[in-house]
Amino acid sequence: MASPERGAPPLLQMHGIVKQFPGVRALDGVDLDVAAGEVHCLLGQNGAGKSTLIKVLAGAHRPDAGEIRWDGRPVTFGSPHAADVTGIATIYQELDLVPGLSVAENVFLGHERARLGFTRPRELDDETRALLRRLGHPEIPPGRELGRLSAAGQQVVSMARALSRDARLIVMDEPSAVLDPEEVDNLFRVVRELTAEGVAVVYISHRLEEIRRIGDRVTVLKDGRTVARGLPAPSTPTAEVIRLMTGRTIEYVFPPRPAVPTGDPVLEVDGLGRRGEFADVSFSVRPGEVVGLAGLVGSGRSEILETVYGARKATSGSVWVQGRALRAGSVRAAVRAGMGLAPEERKSQGLLLAEPVYRNVSLPSLSRFARAGFVRGGAELAAAAAVIAQLDVRPADPTRPVRTLSGGNQQKVVLARWLLEECRVLLLDEPTRGVDVGARSEIYGLIRRLSGQGVAVVLVSSEMPEVLGLADRVLVVREGRVVYQAPAEELDEERVLDLVMEGSRV
Amino acid sequence: MRDLERPAEAAGTTSTAAPAVEQDRPARAGGPDTRSTLARLLDTGAGRNLGLVAVLAVLCVIGIATADTFATTSNLLTILTSASIIGVLTVGMTFVIIGGGIDLSVGKVMALASVWATTLATQSYGPAVMVFCALAVGVGCGLINGVLIAYGRVVPFIATLAMLISAQGLAERISGKRSQIVTDPTIAAIASTRVLGIPLLVYFFAAVVAVGWVVLNRTTFGRRTFAIGGNLEASRLAGIDVRRHTVLLYVVSGLCCGIAAIMIASLTTTGSSTHGTLYELDAIAAVIIGGTLLTGGRGTLVGSILGVLVFTTITNLFILNNLATEVQNIAKGLIIVAAVLFQSRAQRANP
Repeated sequence: MASPERGAPPLLQMHGIVKQFPGVRALDGVDLDVAAGEVHCLLGQNGAGKSTLIKVLAGAHRPDAGEIRWDGRPVTFGSPHAADVTGIATIYQELDLVPGLSVAENVFLGHERARLGFTRPRELDDETRALLRRLGHPEIPPGRELGRLSAAGQQVVSMARALSRDARLIVMDEPSAVLDPEEVDNLFRVVRELTAEGVAVVYISHRLEEIRRIGDRVTVLKDGRTVARGLPAPSTPTAEVIRLMTGRTIEYVFPPRPAVPTGDPVLEVDGLGRRGEFADVSFSVRPGEVVGLAGLVGSGRSEILETVYGARKATSGSVWVQGRALRAGSVRAAVRAGMGLAPEERKSQGLLLAEPVYRNVSLPSLSRFARAGFVRGGAELAAAAAVIAQLDVRPADPTRPVRTLSGGNQQKVVLARWLLEECRVLLLDEPTRGVDVGARSEIYGLIRRLSGQGVAVVLVSSEMPEVLGLADRVLVVREGRVVYQAPAEELDEERVLDLVMEGSRV
Repeated sequence: MRDLERPAEAAGTTSTAAPAVEQDRPARAGGPDTRSTLARLLDTGAGRNLGLVAVLAVLCVIGIATADTFATTSNLLTILTSASIIGVLTVGMTFVIIGGGIDLSVGKVMALASVWATTLATQSYGPAVMVFCALAVGVGCGLINGVLIAYGRVVPFIATLAMLISAQGLAERISGKRSQIVTDPTIAAIASTRVLGIPLLVYFFAAVVAVGWVVLNRTTFGRRTFAIGGNLEASRLAGIDVRRHTVLLYVVSGLCCGIAAIMIASLTTTGSSTHGTLYELDAIAAVIIGGTLLTGGRGTLVGSILGVLVFTTITNLFILNNLATEVQNIAKGLIIVAAVLFQSRAQRANP
């Protein structure tokens, strides 16, 4: 087994990889094989499992089942260090660099090549300079503090870091997202140089045209499974790739959509913008209507939602609720006017995890259960218990700490909060993230029920079927702008995905 | 990690129990159960307090064994009296820490308030104005801390450290580094007055604790303090005015400094810039061993008070046994470490 088998096995083989998180099966039997010297593209919608797969490769997650072979030999990566020693380097989307250290220190972080514990800064600087020159960026000084570089500059440093490790496999997670076209060319040149030396590259991007330019083969993931492996990248038609990405194995059950409500809009957003994030967003929502924002992560959808809510301060435009303008940048004003937000990051933005369910539910409406500042615990508990019973939160015990609940039930707790507050406008950011399939349809039903009661709903989701199945009207957001707007019946998943990813047919 | 460890543990217990099913059944039913009950108990505020009560009991046993005078009424009242001033500061500190902050300035704000309240000019207006000045200085310093932290976005550690230093300087400047004697008979009488045999200062302490407990556990203010300390962003997105609340937390702490200033001025019959040196560290330590998370969001006032009593009792024990203060400080340090290690164990046992 020590010597490579006949016919040179692929550098990396992953077979049947499963990774389970509480409430979600992020990976459900993923296969991937990567040969030395190729650029292997990994495609899939948000939530398809790409990020989890990368983390398994990098040793950050331990798979629950499946086999990884490296050079034909089975391996397990118990830690990022193990993956590093094996020869896998990862360039993450969120750069894993230390802003306070210099460029050279970042490149050699963890491998300082010290002598007797003393660092050798000159040597590091020289090596870093050589690496940066190879990457086509000799202008970056190795001694510069990393935090002072642009996002693109930091990306280059991240690349240099991967190169410095003499990795045999480099994983690049959306490396082009922060680069302008010229820098992308540069990146591709480096990628070609690397592959010519026999290094394998796993390349992740949402830009299909890039994949055609640089990729050799494509593996498509969907709902945590490999749906196509080793397709030839340059010749597979776009329509075929999109079909593979969108075809569903999970059946979503959406409640029937009632007639589109008429009546005066309760929420009006007029020319809303935030410098550097999005611009000129206008839409209105009627009572009982569900408006969906479709777009990729980073397209500005969450930013738009949070700005409508006042959690970010708008630099232009205005938000009106029931004909009254809201003070920009004030969550309190939005909540007083009857708005509620179920934020994207439920745990870090939505919940007090250690506190019991009822305290989470009553958080915004606490003063209603207080007399002269004293909380009437009985009334609060009873009201919270009634709401969570209405939403069928399980277990139906309002005194349990929220952290002991499943993802779906935690989300219901967030919704219960705004139900209790009797909000008129509900903003939902990824309402089913980390929620298992069964609880999903319950949450869909719930959203429909709320809108049936006259609540205006704005929905952001990375899952196209969710937006199309729930919303009455869909706004497509790309790079901080609303590029298309239509009733949901007139759109299908492939059309939206096409608008979102390339926009070639707008 | 936790999720991975747990099933393994469970599997371990069943496999060892397997050979002798009949005999092991009661033990198996009882074993894990009592353990989880204990862990659950330790996870609650009351449970952690029980641990501190046990420590306090052990200290008392040591006290009775080593010093004849320990269990006398007068000695116990001495312990309570010396606990009362730091105790009042600890109440404010508990609010700030549960709310996710820290207040390093309490000792010197108290000193400044005591100096301000005991200048010749202030004393000439009588006791009411002296009390008012002490409270106003405390509240004012708290307000500055709070505004700097909430609106100026200065890190609490830095803002209150700056307050500590400048309050010290201002107190020295006003007093000319001299102790100012309290000539007002009313203020001086507070410390020497006893009601039903118990010093008035202890009543002050009890009253502040009682009010603090009610505010923390029964009001919207208290509830929001936990919410902000537990998850600032979630609280903000739920429509709570987190900045105003943060300011109020430091004002509460400042108010406690003002009250403590009157108490220490009365007890020592002086107002001095040397009062309260390092009290902030004692107060923080008491809060921490009382089971409040330094990161905020969880904690109990009762725990903090027990923490104060543990420290004061240790001090008392060392004095009664004529041991050096250096040894006493070493013991305090060990107790802090032991308490924190114990708590994190208990938390890990029951995540």
